[in-house]
Amino acid sequence: MARARRGGPLVWLTESRNGLGLIFMLPAAVFLICFLTYPLGLGVWLAFTDTKIGRAGIFIGLENFTWLSEDRVFWLSVFNTFFYTLIASVLKFALGLWLALILNENLPFKNFFRAVILLPWVVPTVLSALAFWWIFDSQFSIISWVLMKWGMIDAPINFLGEPWNARFSVIAANVWRGIPFVAISLLAGLQTIPQSLNEAAALDGATSWQRFRRITLPLLTPIIAVVMTFSVLFTFTDFQLIYVLTRGGPVNATHLMATLSFQRAIPGGQLGEGAAIAVAMIPFLLAAILFSFFGLQRRRWQQGGGD
Amino acid sequence: MASVTISDLRKSFGTVEVLHGVSIDIEDGEFAVLVGPSGCGKSTLLRMLAGLEHVTSGEIRIGSEVVNELPPKDRDIAMVFQNYALYPHMTVAENMAFSLSLKGAPKAEIAEKVRPAAEILGLAKLLDRYPRQLSGGQRQRVAMGRAIVRDPQVFLFDEPLSNLDAKLRVSMRTEIKNLHQRLSTTTVYVTHDQIEAMTMADKIVVMHDGRVEQIGAPLELYDRPANLFVAGFIGSPAMNLLPGRVDGGRFVGDGGVSLPLPPPAPGASAGAGMIYGLRPESMSLGGDIPFRVEVVEPTGSETHVMGSVGGVPVVGVFRERIAARPGEEIHVGIDVGATHLFDAGSGMRLSA
Ligand SMILES: Nc1ncnc2c1ncn2[C@@H]1O[C@H](COP(=O)(O)OP(=O)(O)OP(=O)(O)O)[C@@H](O)[C@H]1O
Ligand SMILES: [Mg+2]
Repeated sequence: MARARRGGPLVWLTESRNGLGLIFMLPAAVFLICFLTYPLGLGVWLAFTDTKIGRAGIFIGLENFTWLSEDRVFWLSVFNTFFYTLIASVLKFALGLWLALILNENLPFKNFFRAVILLPWVVPTVLSALAFWWIFDSQFSIISWVLMKWGMIDAPINFLGEPWNARFSVIAANVWRGIPFVAISLLAGLQTIPQSLNEAAALDGATSWQRFRRITLPLLTPIIAVVMTFSVLFTFTDFQLIYVLTRGGPVNATHLMATLSFQRAIPGGQLGEGAAIAVAMIPFLLAAILFSFFGLQRRRWQQGGGD
Repeated sequence: MASVTISDLRKSFGTVEVLHGVSIDIEDGEFAVLVGPSGCGKSTLLRMLAGLEHVTSGEIRIGSEVVNELPPKDRDIAMVFQNYALYPHMTVAENMAFSLSLKGAPKAEIAEKVRPAAEILGLAKLLDRYPRQLSGGQRQRVAMGRAIVRDPQVFLFDEPLSNLDAKLRVSMRTEIKNLHQRLSTTTVYVTHDQIEAMTMADKIVVMHDGRVEQIGAPLELYDRPANLFVAGFIGSPAMNLLPGRVDGGRFVGDGGVSLPLPPPAPGASAGAGMIYGLRPESMSLGGDIPFRVEVVEPTGSETHVMGSVGGVPVVGVFRERIAARPGEEIHVGIDVGATHLFDAGSGMRLSA
């Protein structure tokens, strides 16, 4: 390398291993800085200023956060986000796993069902949100209509108008949309488990529940960890569904941190405060990533050589 | 322990029938080997015994009970799979103890059963390892250990040695045989290696294209193969088969060579369209049959000679060291008692 140095920086850049490496990394580095680091950095910076739309702000330290800590609506949105993420993720996991198990059996029209399962996922979120908007309509809801036909209720259910109704309604929509990802990923995981393990367990005297508990589930955990980490991250940062369905209403009952942040920053004009709410999500997201990082570490039985 | 009785068993996958009426009796404590070329239905038959494949028609009995509809977990059968099927997330000890722990056996009882099994198989030092950390031969032994711990009615083995190298295969062969002598559990063992079959079996079942060709003790199959398929399959190097006819109390090959006839089976009609079976090892030097040498392969203990008799390619195995050069002619004699005659059309045995 010393010889290359002597030929000047240009020669070093084009002829040495490190120099070439630098050149090849440059496009990716520029891309990352322009499109990931810069917006993230700007967002974090904004959170420490009192920027408003149309007015550059000045650095105000933690004032935004102090302000938020006394803001009841912010704390409601934190609660909503956790409630939404927890319930929706548990439901997506349970239903997704159940569907994956069913689809892993040898049923007729297997491929057809597998394709159908993917539908909620390929439909654009806004479109499915609009469909749910109709389904949850206070007057024309098909659910209310059916239940009324069956004589189970007298008046239409006010799905999106009551705080708890609204919370569960948006959760239902999110679950519907999120199941395909979980189900198909877990199905892929199930298919990596050799059939002969189940057969061996059956010969060892395992009932089908024991086979699930003691063979399938342990072998699936690495994939469950990946899938659920992604699912939790997507749910935690969800925005579109809520924004189309309720815009955070009624009386902020369905505001998530993401929607509240947008609400304050863009329509409300308080860029600094909105950014602060978004920044407040970061510790939670980091915690989820760390959790999955440790959950994802190769288990002892996965280590070592062999086929 | 129990006997296994298979009667007129058939199996179809969709419209394709792969087992065409198989009947086998395996006695209590017997070591039966299913042998046959690839794709003849050995694994399918074994999986039906285990309850992993549905029975299309026919009957399987274990002991006196018909088990056709019994799910695998209630059959009290242990199977060693070709790929071992060890549970990757369990240690060797847990793998072996799995069936006991399913039944909720107390820890002490589990240890009491796993330890001796591990000792028999030389696994005592590996009990805390995971399957990934084992060699192929060790995995194979864990798979056997899992079966032994169960103390089942019947052991099933599906080509358990096919992934091992030649040397390990020979030693595992002995171990399995020893194990059977110690436990004397009824065993059904699948292989496509006829040497494995000959050395291990009490009873060999030769299968071909979903049919049983012959059932018998190893030497019975070697000495009196019932048809051309068995004749060609059992024995290594394979039996020489010379086409020709019977004329004037001798066999006359298509190339004109005249060979002595084995005693005919009662009622067998001999004439044209015969096949003469001659084992390579039943030839000896110094007879009156001309043998044209093409290749000489000394193995040390014996000499394999490839050549032709009456224009038909023939292999001979001789105790002596032979110095013949390719193209030379030597003269060999035949042990008439060890020759066979088959009908070329039906393939059935004609000699006694
Ligand atoms: N699930 C299946 N569907 C359709 N055909 C099958 C199925 N399983 C096996 N077969 C067919 O049944 C026949 C017997 O298969 P089997 O696995 O029993 O052979 P085998 O004797 O064990 O051969 P090998 O020595 O190669 O293991 C084969 O022709 C195979 O193609
Ligand atoms: Mg097979």
